[in-house]
Parts: sequence; C-alpha cells; structure tokens
Amino acid sequence: MRSPARRRPYGVERAPYAHPSPTATLRRARSAPYVFLVPATLLFLLFFALPIGYAVWLSFRKVRVSGLGLGAGSREEVWAGLENYTGALSDSELLNGALRVLGYGGIVVPVMLGLALVFALMLDSERVRLAPFTRLAIFLPYAVPGVIAALLWGFLYLPDVSPFSFVLDRLGLPQPDLLDGGPLYLALSNIAVWGGTGFNMIVIYTALRAIPAEVYEAAKLDGAGPLQIALRIKIPMVAPSLVLTFFFSIIATLQVFNEPTTLKPLTNSVSTTWSPLMKVYQDAFGNGDLHAAAAQATIIALATLVLSFGFLRAANRRTKQEAAR
Amino acid sequence: MSSLALPEAEPAAGTARGPARRRRTALIPTVTLLLGALYCLLPVAWVVVASTKSGSELFSTFTFWPGTGFAENISDLGAYRDGVYWRWMGNSALYAGLGALLSTCVSAVSGYALAVYRFRGREALFSVLLAGVLMPPVILAVPQYLLLAEADLTDSYLSVLLPQILSPYGVYLARIYAAAAVPADVVEAGRTDGAGEWRIFTRVALPMMVPGLVTVFLFQFVAIWNNFLLPYIMLSDDEKFPITLGLYTLLEQGANTPALYTLVITGAFLAVFPLVALFLVIQRFWSLDLLSGAVKS
Repeated sequence: MRSPARRRPYGVERAPYAHPSPTATLRRARSAPYVFLVPATLLFLLFFALPIGYAVWLSFRKVRVSGLGLGAGSREEVWAGLENYTGALSDSELLNGALRVLGYGGIVVPVMLGLALVFALMLDSERVRLAPFTRLAIFLPYAVPGVIAALLWGFLYLPDVSPFSFVLDRLGLPQPDLLDGGPLYLALSNIAVWGGTGFNMIVIYTALRAIPAEVYEAAKLDGAGPLQIALRIKIPMVAPSLVLTFFFSIIATLQVFNEPTTLKPLTNSVSTTWSPLMKVYQDAFGNGDLHAAAAQATIIALATLVLSFGFLRAANRRTKQEAAR
Repeated sequence: MSSLALPEAEPAAGTARGPARRRRTALIPTVTLLLGALYCLLPVAWVVVASTKSGSELFSTFTFWPGTGFAENISDLGAYRDGVYWRWMGNSALYAGLGALLSTCVSAVSGYALAVYRFRGREALFSVLLAGVLMPPVILAVPQYLLLAEADLTDSYLSVLLPQILSPYGVYLARIYAAAAVPADVVEAGRTDGAGEWRIFTRVALPMMVPGLVTVFLFQFVAIWNNFLLPYIMLSDDEKFPITLGLYTLLEQGANTPALYTLVITGAFLAVFPLVALFLVIQRFWSLDLLSGAVKS
C-alpha cells in the first residue's frame, strides 16, 4: 500500500501568523489532532482492542468441572496455559477446514482476479461497444449480499429448480449433483467469483484509466498490437492495484463464512465446521466451548496477520526492485 | 485480443464494402464483456422470473418461463408472520443508513486529523487502526457478543449498530481524500484569520471532502446492508433481524417445506431489487478511483 499522504502535511512547526496569540494557537493546533481522534480511538478500544484482548485471555483459561458438574460452584474457570492451543492445533477438523478453504481460495482468487483483469483490459481497449452497460452489469453483484447471492445460486444448483438440470433432463443426459463432493467446491467458488469480480474489475480499470495516453504512442509507432500493449505496458503499470486486489481477495477468501452457511440447508455435504470460522462459531455457540473457540480464533487471527504482513513486505520488496532497475 | 487495427484509409460511409461506421467495433472485447454481463445478470434474471411462479409452477415449468403467481407471492410474503418481512427491510435500512452515517462522520474527522496534522504517534495509530481490517469478523464478533452480554446489550439494535461505526477502511479512504482535497494553505489561511481548528475543519475542509465522503458512506452502507455474521451472532429476536438474516432463517425452515421456497425466492427478489435500483441511481456519485487509493489531482 502506498502511503496515502503524498503531500507533506503541513504541521504546526511553522509558526502560524500571530493573530490572537501565537502560543494559544500553537497549543490548540498541537492538541487538535488528538481531540479529533478521540471518537475513533474510543470505538477502537471498545470494539476492537478489548474484544481481542478478551478472546486472548479466554484462550488461556478453561472450565474445571468438579463432581458431576451440577449445582453452583461445581464449574469454575481456571488457568489452562497452552492447553487450548495444543488442543486446537491437534484438532483434525480445524486442519481439514483450513485445507478446504485453501482449496477453495486456490480456485477463487486466480479465477476472480484473472477475469477482473481481462474485463478491465477489455473495457480499456479501443472501439469497444456497450462498455458502460457491461461495466455496470458486471459490477452489479457487488450490491447483492453474500447470503442472498448464495441463496440465488443455491436454487440454480438445486436439481428440482435448476435450468441446467431442466435442459440436461430434456436432452436425456445425466444431471451432476453440484452440491456434493468435488463439484461443491466449484459451486461455492462460483458464488464468490460472481460476487467479487466486478469490484476488482473497477479497481483495476480505474488504475488503467490513470495511465497517460502518451505512454502508448511510442509503442504504437513501433507497431505493437493491442495484445502486446496490454502485456508489456498496461499490466506492469497496474501492478500496484493488482497487488492490492490480490491481498484483499486472499483475506476475504480465508474468512469465508456466509456462503457455505447459507448453502447448508440445501445440502448435507456442507458440515457445520466446513470452514475454520464456521468451526469457531460452532464451538462457541453450538458446543458452548468458549475457551477452545477463543484459542482457535487467536490462531486464525495470528495466521492472517503473519500472512498479510509477509505478503505486504514481499510486495514492497518487489516494487523496490522494480524501481531500482 | 482485438481485431486488427486497420489504417482508416477509406471513409467507408455508404459504400457496399465494410460497415457504415468509420471505426469498426472491436469484436472480441465487446463479446467478452457481453458474456461477462450475461453471467452476472443470470441469477438476477432468474429471481425476477422465479418470483412470478406459484409453488407448483416452480417445480414444473421451465426456469425462465414466467408464472402466474406474482401478486399472490407478494401477499403471502406480506402475510407471513404478520408482515415480519417488511420489518426486516426496515431494520436493514435503519442499520445501514444510520450506521453508514455515523461511520462517515467518524471516518471524516479521523481521516482529516491523520492527513492534515503531524503529531507524535500518527503513523503508529494509523497502522493499528488499519490492522483492524485484517481481523476476521468472527474473531471480533464472538468476544464482542460476550462483552455486550456483560453490559446487557445483546439482542438489541445497538449491538448491531455500535460495532460497525468504526470502519478502518473508511478512515483510510477519508485520509487519502483529505490529503488530496484539502490544500495546506487553505487551512493556514483559516488559522491566520484566527479560526479555531474545529471551525476550520467544519467550515473549510469538510465541504472540500464531500465527494470522497459520499464514497465512504456508500461503501459502508453496502458493507452494513450485506453483513450477516454480526446480526447472526448478536440477535435472537427476529423482530430486530436485518433482511439477510431474516431470509436465511426463512430458507432454513424452507429446507424441509418446499412450500416456503416461493416465499424465500420472492423475498430475495424484493431484497435485491431496491438495492440494485439504488445502485443504478447513485453509482455515478462514486469516486471509485478512491477505492484503489488513487486520487486524481
């Protein structure tokens, strides 16, 4: 991510013109940013920092049941050390969920960003017709909530209602069950691709539009075709926005929750613990084991942070190398 | 990729050969984009048609053949549990509208402070805020639920509104926009005139930031409208459900009773329709270049 403040923000080091009293103005200007940031800081502490701290605290605790676990005082919270963590890391269902989501992300991210890039380049090409209409149509799914998108596609997958099954049935061909086994991954990935392509297309397209026309002139004079211009000039120039979309897509994909949860009522092959976050929810609210859920949540959060920062650092290094060349 | 660019040697208007237009349409890009549009519109087209079918037509007639039950479906949906569906719509509008408004206010004042002042801890604070983007929502929502339960606030409108007011992404966008749209000398001039910092912000900087703040508002509106997880965890009383959660519970019951399918489909259609309409109207106000962190100066 580029530093958003490109202009040197003027500070209060430069003495403001003395109007009321220089020191008073200076003092006000010094404390102003802190005052302005009070609401954000308060909200952050209450709804981000405190819950995270509480989750970490819970993850190191456990409930000890004495006797039959009946009556008051028979259940008490005690220090658990790393017990919840070793439990979570040796939990095969959590690992399987992580593998499932990795497989799903391995389909979604390349397909979605590949399509987004192709559509953006097509929108940016010369003499293309109907661009405003198609741009809007492809962006439209962004406005459809994930739950409703999963619901719509879910019905399109259901053999009883699906147009695909209807046609195959009339042709006397067998109908694949899209909500089972391997095809389920494709079915879920398709929902994510449908919902996310348009937004990423817009981000990439905006970056393409910002390239000055002069950049292409020389290439055209050298006889480069549109394909060469796209590969040699356009794609390298929008690399930063590709990195950004890639980054956000990975984060969003690893946190998948809504779509499989919505498809659950339609098929038996989506378990309550299909993705790691579904498992956290299930442990916390389904099984009432808050401490195990907290430990899993902490592990997932740490993994996300490590992945993100590793990725951002690698991306930064790459761009520095590019610049050095 | 696209058709060969022919040198425009002949202005072929009216000649027998070639199209009448001077510039040929690039076929491959146009067709590719049309296919993409078709794919994206398919489920929306399906729900429009499916909502017109009665329960029996849904399973017997061809998918894209309109049915005869639209009016009946709407009235059935309105009658379901004394019109709880319309209440869900109202709740969604309230959560998204009020939430996005508050969120935009907080983003504006924070983004402005981060862009315009230099102070100790500025970058550290900004980084910590941004790390909030990376937190998986469940990870926040479970302990948020427990903490709000301590304060006896769960299953209330506030439990869905409050956690969504601070949007790290909104603060990030507002900061970019303030840095680009508010010139330093304008603020400096305000100081020279003896205006206080707050007054400079509200009277001078805020009007300049409006186009960017519209984008922040819309972005957050869509995010809250589409949010399912937080209300799913916080709420148990379906009078307070937003539309996403309401439809989900309807589908859950409908899984065993196909008679409820038509209600779910009609409900989905009515939920998508206003949002799409809103989208078509307001998309011109989006400065989408903001989303990629690029601001045209």
